[in-house]
Amino acid sequence: MLASSPRLRAILLRVAQAIPVVIGVVVISFLLTRALPGDPAVYFAGVAADEASIEETRVAMGLDKPLPVQFLHYVGDLLQGDLGQSLSSGRPVAVDLANRLPASLELTLTALFLAVVIAVPLGVLAATRPGTWVDHLCRVVVTAGVSLPTFFTGILLIYIFYYLMGIAPSPLGRLDFIYLSPDHVTGFYLIDAALMGDLETWRGAAKQLVLPATTLALFTLAPIARMTRAAMLTALSSDFIRTARAAGLSNRTVLYRYAFRNALLPVVTTLGMVFSFALGANVLVEKVFAWPGIGSYAVEALVVSDYAAVQGFVLAMALLFVALNLVIDLLYTAIDPRIGFEAQ
Amino acid sequence: MSDTTPSDLPRQPGNLEHVIYVLRTNPVTLIAFGMFTFLILSALFGPALVPYDPLATNAGNALQPPSWAHWFGTDQIGRDVFSRVIVATRLDLTISVAAVAISFVVGSILGCIAGYWGGWADIILNRFLDTIMAFPLFVLAMGIVAALGNSVENIIYATAIINMPFYARLVRAEVNIRRDAGFVRAAKLAGSSDLRVLATQIYPNALPPMMVQVSLNLGWAILNAAGLSFIGLGVSPPTAEWGIMVAEGANFIVSGEWWLAVFPGLWLMFAVFTFNLLGDGLRDIVDPRKRT
Repeated sequence: MLASSPRLRAILLRVAQAIPVVIGVVVISFLLTRALPGDPAVYFAGVAADEASIEETRVAMGLDKPLPVQFLHYVGDLLQGDLGQSLSSGRPVAVDLANRLPASLELTLTALFLAVVIAVPLGVLAATRPGTWVDHLCRVVVTAGVSLPTFFTGILLIYIFYYLMGIAPSPLGRLDFIYLSPDHVTGFYLIDAALMGDLETWRGAAKQLVLPATTLALFTLAPIARMTRAAMLTALSSDFIRTARAAGLSNRTVLYRYAFRNALLPVVTTLGMVFSFALGANVLVEKVFAWPGIGSYAVEALVVSDYAAVQGFVLAMALLFVALNLVIDLLYTAIDPRIGFEAQ
Repeated sequence: MSDTTPSDLPRQPGNLEHVIYVLRTNPVTLIAFGMFTFLILSALFGPALVPYDPLATNAGNALQPPSWAHWFGTDQIGRDVFSRVIVATRLDLTISVAAVAISFVVGSILGCIAGYWGGWADIILNRFLDTIMAFPLFVLAMGIVAALGNSVENIIYATAIINMPFYARLVRAEVNIRRDAGFVRAAKLAGSSDLRVLATQIYPNALPPMMVQVSLNLGWAILNAAGLSFIGLGVSPPTAEWGIMVAEGANFIVSGEWWLAVFPGLWLMFAVFTFNLLGDGLRDIVDPRKRT
């Protein structure tokens, strides 16, 4: 049955390829938490710990046992979804992360959506009209986008739209104090508010989201626009486009059915790299806008030396990134009919 | 008998001519070199030339907007923002240059081993690099600094680790394609050892693309380091550093004191922009085919 569907087999193969990566990620995060110079028991016991509580932490975490045994314990805990106990909140790290993840995802996904919606048409227009103002605009956006520190863009936007123009709400979190947060269904305020039919809250949440999402989008826009432009230029100068034009196909058909579809492949590949940047920049944007996501959770944990929380965050982000890359690759097989029919 | 003197002979255009040609046709690269010189000069001589001590506080003169006496204004405890921004250049450049240098050297060695000998070393290196790249890189840097301890050296190591895969992959590819090239076989036949062939015949070929990578990477390294210190890692107050200055200034932006955050932010942008322009320019010099 498997052999009858080469595409399904390709998909399963790709999923299988993610397994060694996940193992590698777990090994590295184990090394980051345990096998470092210095005494991990001191880290995990926290700054205010005395001798007795350090010793207690050591025994409780199994840090008195040899490293391979510790690793097995670590993996066992992970499989049960146990990332340790956060010192600052007193709750399990996994619970804290799960509570805050929707806020981060809502911000990151909105920003990526914005970036793709703006960058792809911009790149296509720049490639089809080289030398015009669109092309120059694209080049300026691309160069400025990679040079702008995300946290600085955020602060500039706050200054302009909150302080000078007064049209943005104060940059403090997901919802102004005057609104009640919507009932928890998905954790995405926009979706939850829409489900409740509460237009007022929806508008409030959307207002809060605009500036941070724009900040993150400005940052991720540049690589996408750059790649779209380059891929579109390559596709347009290839032989099959010449053939299509010679066959008398309309400009529109040539552009969208043939050139764009081929140009999309490298763009989708770049999205993986863009995700990496976006998840990193997310931390900075969340700090600037006091956004209560997992990024600002990690920053708060860093300040009070809450190591279990920080390392849990790093592991969670890495797993999220692996999953996103997997989705992108599966998307790839959906876009490109050649993949999956070749022997891999 | 001919009258030709050596100068009349048709000459192959040399490297220097090519560089001059590229600089003349591409003024942007020339400007980038000028901006780069400015940054280097302010890193070298800035601390000696600035009008005020970057750490000297003056509570009576706090939060003053930019003026002739204080070009970039003063911060919440009366320190001169201009002096602090210029003095910070040295620290920021040191962090990024040191980080990039470490990843350059380590990446070169690992890439050479994997690319030349292949086999298990190659497989293990590739797995290792894949694993590093499986982390969102800034987040990995956060985790490394959190684990190693909060200091400037550890910011450098963390930035070096997240940059290293790019260099190792580049060197590995460049070494790998030349492993069996004619000139390499000739050198081996002439009795050179593997190490010697690798160092003198193969590796130098990887240097031009590496230089481009360095320049593009420097900007990214500065951004990363500034981002880390923005969230409170590495550099601690009252040290003058762009990221931490933006972070401190961010508290005042909502009350309108924009100069605290904007000037260090602009300087940071300027530095990153310089390195990005320089990288594009270097790429034109090294590899005219890759021009975009």
